[in-house]
Amino acid sequence: MNTPATRRSRWSGPAWTAAAAVLALLTWQLATVQWGWVSTARFPAPAEVWAAFGQIAGEGYGNARWLEHVGRSVLLVTMGFVIASSVGVVLGLAMGASRRVEALVNPVFLILRPIPPLAWIPLAIVWLGLGDAAKIMVIFVAAFVPSVINSYAGVRQIDRPIFEAAAMLDVTGWRYWREVLVPGALPSIFTGLRLSLQASWTTLVAAELVGAVAGLGSILNQAAQDIYPAMILVGMASVAGCGWIMTQGLAWLERRVAPWKAH
Amino acid sequence: MIGPALPRREFWRLTAAGAVGALALWTVAALSGITPRQFLPAPWEVVARLAQLMVEPFVGHTLPVHLASSLQRFGSGFLLAVAVGIPLGLAMAWFPVLDRLVTPLFEAVRFVAPIAWVPFAALWFGTGIGGPVLIIFAGAFPPVLINTYRGAHNVDRKYIEAAQMLGAGAFRSMTQVLLPAAVPSIVAGLRISAGLGWQSLVGAELIVASSGVGYLMVKGQAAVSTSTVMAGMIAIGIVGLLIDMALRRLQARIEQRRGL
Repeated sequence: MNTPATRRSRWSGPAWTAAAAVLALLTWQLATVQWGWVSTARFPAPAEVWAAFGQIAGEGYGNARWLEHVGRSVLLVTMGFVIASSVGVVLGLAMGASRRVEALVNPVFLILRPIPPLAWIPLAIVWLGLGDAAKIMVIFVAAFVPSVINSYAGVRQIDRPIFEAAAMLDVTGWRYWREVLVPGALPSIFTGLRLSLQASWTTLVAAELVGAVAGLGSILNQAAQDIYPAMILVGMASVAGCGWIMTQGLAWLERRVAPWKAH
Repeated sequence: MIGPALPRREFWRLTAAGAVGALALWTVAALSGITPRQFLPAPWEVVARLAQLMVEPFVGHTLPVHLASSLQRFGSGFLLAVAVGIPLGLAMAWFPVLDRLVTPLFEAVRFVAPIAWVPFAALWFGTGIGGPVLIIFAGAFPPVLINTYRGAHNVDRKYIEAAQMLGAGAFRSMTQVLLPAAVPSIVAGLRISAGLGWQSLVGAELIVASSGVGYLMVKGQAAVSTSTVMAGMIAIGIVGLLIDMALRRLQARIEQRRGL
């Protein structure tokens, strides 16, 4: 039987990934330099990107070196994400566990939910200016909603017999949270955390594009103003790389904390 | 144990308490004078501002005109994502070589936040319509592609074999076997796409645009008019909700017709 799982594993070997990467690099090089299909004023050649990376890593670009930009963005995302997801998960679990809390909180939540995180950026700037506080506020808003929704859904997906067993064994209070709600909802909580983390990155980059002293978004902003395509690409690759590494980190954490959920 | 659904009266009492409580908190904070009213307007001032923007132009247009130009951009980017994503997803499900080559590249590019395309959008298209469309495309494309691919990929093998036995070629197999089978998955993907696309558009308009509801908010921010910014947020939320409702109805209809 040709199930999706077996087909997938046969279809995506590391050799094919390497082949795709080499093919892409080769096409990129040929199209920009040899054949001149794409003007390097519009899209940089590989060598230019490498040079731009050397420049930002060594002497710096846009007020800071590459590591400082990355460090600042990662720090802000981590702070906003950790605060938002800790509050969000607790609130989501409480909403899942109690229909009263759900009824009380839901109206506010229903109003805030459709507003995209990026739409909070102007408000954050009016309130908190262009500094770090505004960025943490937007990241908070972005990361909060997915953690709440998925933690809530996670509790509601716990099998009924588990609740019945807990009730029969008189598991209440702190133990009820630690041994019933959290483990039961954990797979869904992690889905929420992954979405939260992605939203945090997108929002931070947007906020930094609107205005920032340093950070990945400010590389992009500065490079756009200087019309420096190679540096734009360095900025984009940095955004993608950091997002990828943090997602992998979360997946690692999930395997440690919830090993029973095959991934 | 999570109790049974609350009695209707208690549910509504709590819901009302939550809504009124939040509004009261906001009102008290606004009236207390902790911050100037310009920074934190009272709820009714935001509603009044929203009503005013409906008829009175701000930075060139009234709110409905700004919304219309946002929606036009959104429509172009979203349709482009659909027009590229569905055929590519079907082709990837049909031709393994394409899948093997495209998937790693796609996975690499997917981690670039849509908004990070802004500098290239500005460089390639200036302030024309192309820039925002590129950014919406970057947001809306991945879910369409992924869901089309998954839907087509999971087609029951029997149908493909039957089609091949009856002499269907690649094109007919893709359009008449894979596509219909993938429709529920595609529509689910469209809802995610529309949400991400709408959000990316708002972000794009904050940076590169000279009309649209995102632009209105940036100008409101520059004028330190919090009520304008909040009115813009409400308008964005409502339109986003309407788009999602329309797609949800489409989804319900399709599922109903298929007896799902």
